[in-house]
Amino acid sequence: MKFSFSSEQEEFRTGVRRALEARSPTTEVRRLMATDAGFDREGWKKLNQELGLTAIHIPEAYGGAGFGYGELGIVLEEMGRSLLCAPFFSTAALGTTAILNAGTEEQKQALLPTIAGGETTATLAFSEDSGLTEAASVALTATRSGATFRLEGSKSFVLDGHTADLIVVLARRPGSEGDEGLSFFTVEGNAPGLDRKLLKTMDETRKLARLTFNGVEARLLGSEGGAAAPFAKTLQQVIVCLANEMVGGADRLREDALAYVQMRMQFGRSIASFQTTKNKAADMLVDVELAKSAAYYAAAALDEGDDDVPAVASLAKAAASEAYLQTAIHAVQMHGGIGFTWDNDTHLWFKRAKSSEILFGDANYHREAMMRHWATPLAV
Amino acid sequence: MTEPTEESVRAEVSAWLKDNWDPALGLVEWRLKLCESGWGAPHWPKEWYGRGLPVKFNAIVDEEFAKIGAVGVAKAGIRTLAAATILAHGTDLHKEKFLKRILTGEDTWCQLFSEPGSGSDMAGAVTRADKQGNKWVINGQKVWTTSAHKAQWGLLLARANWDVAKHKGLAYFILDMKQPGVQVHPLRQMNYHASFNQVFFTDAIVEPEFLVSDVGDGWNVATTTLMHERRGADGLRTWATASNAKGRIYEEERAEIATTMEPYKWYPQRAGRVDLVMQRAKETGKIDDPVVRQEIAKLLIMSKSAEWTARRARAAQNQGKPQGPEGSLGKLVASNVARQAARVHTYLTGADALLSGKDSPMEGVIAEILISVPASSIAGGTDEIQRNIISERVLKMPRETSVDTNKPFKDVPRNIVSS
Repeated sequence: MKFSFSSEQEEFRTGVRRALEARSPTTEVRRLMATDAGFDREGWKKLNQELGLTAIHIPEAYGGAGFGYGELGIVLEEMGRSLLCAPFFSTAALGTTAILNAGTEEQKQALLPTIAGGETTATLAFSEDSGLTEAASVALTATRSGATFRLEGSKSFVLDGHTADLIVVLARRPGSEGDEGLSFFTVEGNAPGLDRKLLKTMDETRKLARLTFNGVEARLLGSEGGAAAPFAKTLQQVIVCLANEMVGGADRLREDALAYVQMRMQFGRSIASFQTTKNKAADMLVDVELAKSAAYYAAAALDEGDDDVPAVASLAKAAASEAYLQTAIHAVQMHGGIGFTWDNDTHLWFKRAKSSEILFGDANYHREAMMRHWATPLAV
Repeated sequence: MTEPTEESVRAEVSAWLKDNWDPALGLVEWRLKLCESGWGAPHWPKEWYGRGLPVKFNAIVDEEFAKIGAVGVAKAGIRTLAAATILAHGTDLHKEKFLKRILTGEDTWCQLFSEPGSGSDMAGAVTRADKQGNKWVINGQKVWTTSAHKAQWGLLLARANWDVAKHKGLAYFILDMKQPGVQVHPLRQMNYHASFNQVFFTDAIVEPEFLVSDVGDGWNVATTTLMHERRGADGLRTWATASNAKGRIYEEERAEIATTMEPYKWYPQRAGRVDLVMQRAKETGKIDDPVVRQEIAKLLIMSKSAEWTARRARAAQNQGKPQGPEGSLGKLVASNVARQAARVHTYLTGADALLSGKDSPMEGVIAEILISVPASSIAGGTDEIQRNIISERVLKMPRETSVDTNKPFKDVPRNIVSS
């Protein structure tokens, strides 16, 4: 379904939107973003279990609902609209996707049911202090120690890394480099030797952590030395998820800015009657609708297993990065002075636009990734 | 009588074609049979060369024609707008005199709306229509008139009353183009082509029976024409693909299409030729320039997203859903794409972009892109007008306060022309 949603999907969207509007007004967003955890564990568990959110793209065999990225994209788009403060992206888009791509049958049976059921939160730790997303940048080592492994090193920019119950870690065999010798491991959030530090983030609704591993005992996920391919696949799926979340936020910002200019009177008339405002509003609609088309297409391409998923995923992320930030810039401008204040809600989405623009590679990065797939590798 | 169904229409048209289609006939001769049977325009009324079928069956009829290679009625050009307008607003005399010759392709039409002084503000037309005796006398100038030099008839919007407000004083006429008071001059464009004309009226005459609207109702009739123009903008051209089959009727049809399509031959370049970009990037070696790669990627993202947005709009339409915002953006998005494409073609071409015609790459195609793209954000509604339409119709934002609609048109300020 690259170009439309089924009526069941539309109904599902309506249900999620209603629930999130009720549970995540901006007063609640502001309350939770000021906490260290960044979410309310009991409240989230209840909402998640009511709507079956973390079960969505987990197959029924592992206790999930067996839907695809189309449905996951719908939930993420609605969460982007409402800025819900919860470890959903980290658990569903990052942790779950990595386990699905890399785990053995037994590991999926063991790990996924509690995630689907909402008892366990998860995340994926891959970037280190450089912030790069390439597997080659991984320096954290995993050394075999009997039946398990010991992890040494650090991870950074880990989404909800300070609160996740289960952390999937990308590490390498000592002495290996590039895409060789990479493996995924699972670590409990409270494992001995794991130091978790909450980073202060510009976008307070998105919590990041730096994790230090001092000989932390870890279990291998999937095959030893074979993580490069499932990691690459995971990243493609993750950026499509993020693109769908982003277009939800962009559309909400656009609607709020439009509602504001409709009621704002200056020079004896609504500022929505000035063509300079109207033209900007039209351009915002173009930006957001085009980015939506790309995000929806990419989610469907994942579900349909298209050959050009690597290009289409990067296209969707690049499009969303530009559209969301541009919409946020226009939205602040259309609000005028009040748009720059703390009390007005616009900055909450502006910061989300900024953090999403950068997270997992900015527009320049993904434009080049797209070209590598569709045109040629860049000659050096 | 039972309701027509897809199956019944298909069976009926294919049986009729089986009995009647004959590629040895002349084009007009064959089309007269189509007029008589109603299969040339099945959605038109039975009394006027159609079969009164719902428009959704047209696709099935077209399919059956295509299956055996049967030629259809004349569908390309302004004549289709004339037909739609006459069907909606014309008298029986107009229908009698014009509709059949539109379908057979014997008559060519042109649209006399835009003026040098009124482009986006089309209702501000100042071409005069004055009643002398029982005839209308026309004086003034029209512009951007496709095919005026070939047309027998023109759809004319002119001002018949200057004492009422702008939209209230217009009348809509059918004008005989082949008369001494009408002079047609080609209008040369910045890309060397002359696809349009300027039309000058000096005491041109319209017989009273060729007034289509009441005086004062011309804008309403013009709206019908414009609505069909917008709806069919691409259809006017894409329908007109000639078959390459052998035989007299195909040759006649090819000649007709070649004439009709002549003015549009640079239109692919106007849209930016995104299709050429990757090949050119490889040929020129610019595919290895990281900055140019970024610009190419921006273009591809824009054009792919535009295509997917159009397909979302079509999917919604096919499912009978109300039109969402995605359906109103195409024109504006297309000019964004064209501009970025021209930028990329320039980066790819380097110094050769200084050249034109045969001295420039691809026998002048690249140069033609660079000097044709500016038309895309103007023709058929400027970007600014498109943004106003989107903001008013989709986003429900208020109209800009109007200063010219509540006073007699004679008191509205007009262009300042220095002598």
